[in-house]
Amino acid sequence: MAKRAKRDRYWDPYIAGVLLGILLFATFFLTGHGLGSSGGVNRILVAIEDLVIPRHVDTTPYLAAMAGAERNPLDHWIVWQVAGILAGGFVSGWLRGRVRAETRRGPQITARTRWVTAFVGGILMGYGARFARGCTSGQGVSGGAVLSAGSWAFLLAVFAGGYMMAWFVRRLWQPGDDT
Amino acid sequence: MAPFELNEVVGQVGAWTIYTMIGFAFGFILESAGFGDSRRLAGQFYWRDLTAMKVMFTAILVAAVLIFWATALGWLDYDEVWVNPTYLWPGIVGGLIMGVGAVFGGFCPGTSLVGAATLKLDAIWFVAGTAVGILGFGETVALFNDFWHSSHLGRLTLQDWLGLPAGVVVLGLVGIAILAFWAGDILRRRIYGGTNES
Repeated sequence: MAKRAKRDRYWDPYIAGVLLGILLFATFFLTGHGLGSSGGVNRILVAIEDLVIPRHVDTTPYLAAMAGAERNPLDHWIVWQVAGILAGGFVSGWLRGRVRAETRRGPQITARTRWVTAFVGGILMGYGARFARGCTSGQGVSGGAVLSAGSWAFLLAVFAGGYMMAWFVRRLWQPGDDT
Repeated sequence: MAPFELNEVVGQVGAWTIYTMIGFAFGFILESAGFGDSRRLAGQFYWRDLTAMKVMFTAILVAAVLIFWATALGWLDYDEVWVNPTYLWPGIVGGLIMGVGAVFGGFCPGTSLVGAATLKLDAIWFVAGTAVGILGFGETVALFNDFWHSSHLGRLTLQDWLGLPAGVVVLGLVGIAILAFWAGDILRRRIYGGTNES
């Protein structure tokens, strides 16, 4: 039962949920806004673009709003928060011996297939998150907690999109013996 | 009264420190709940592992109870709290695209960061994909700018929309969530057998 023991090292979902809820409340209480992550990745990318192709950034309204002329896209709370997420994830994994270069995948596909589908999934996720003005954390969880109507519609849409597609790509995640 | 203008209270460096600490706790919790492993989120879409739904809605509702409790006690000014403005249809379209991305990728942007921080190679590919998607959006949004700004309903909350007090809405959602967790576990055991995940 080694597999079982390994899985048991994760927190109970309700305990994790309560702690995350308290953290989310504390964030709103202290700062007036919630958690986020894709917005931070966005700003880091725009900062890089601004170094490489500053004229393009200045002439694209969506980018200029973050990094046009004298604006510094990194001067924003969400960038610091993303740095914290990376550090916190690393420390948590490191304390539990989970920092290991490896590929987590369904047993029916190769690591290479998994990388391709992860990359494709990431493209859709990044595009969709900007389209929706926030990702699962910034739009869904944070907006959900302050009862934004749009955030709840968004949350339902994320689950709907996932369940509509799940059957078509089930081979990606199906367990071993396909019987 | 809360919330505070952090930059004015603790200075810029103090504010950055607080944001980094908040992020640290966020990343720590996500990793501890197992979201560094893509199979965890993917399992939600096959009803094999309901952790994503349980963590997410527990967090949302615990925070909602505390927020509206603090507001009722006069400790927090809800009018000063950022409520994501509703752009109904762009939000729904974006959400559908993300749902498809989640079942392909096994992550959302936040969880992929903790996956990458613990060296999961699939998470690193996912983060790279996210970067491409985000850049792609910045380059293409001008093509459908009108739609992207359509159905803007401003600061629309569920309590405004339903015409009910916030406390009633929160209680109702808590009831729905408890029912969903309970029924979800029964269904999961019926399909896959065994005990609860975690």
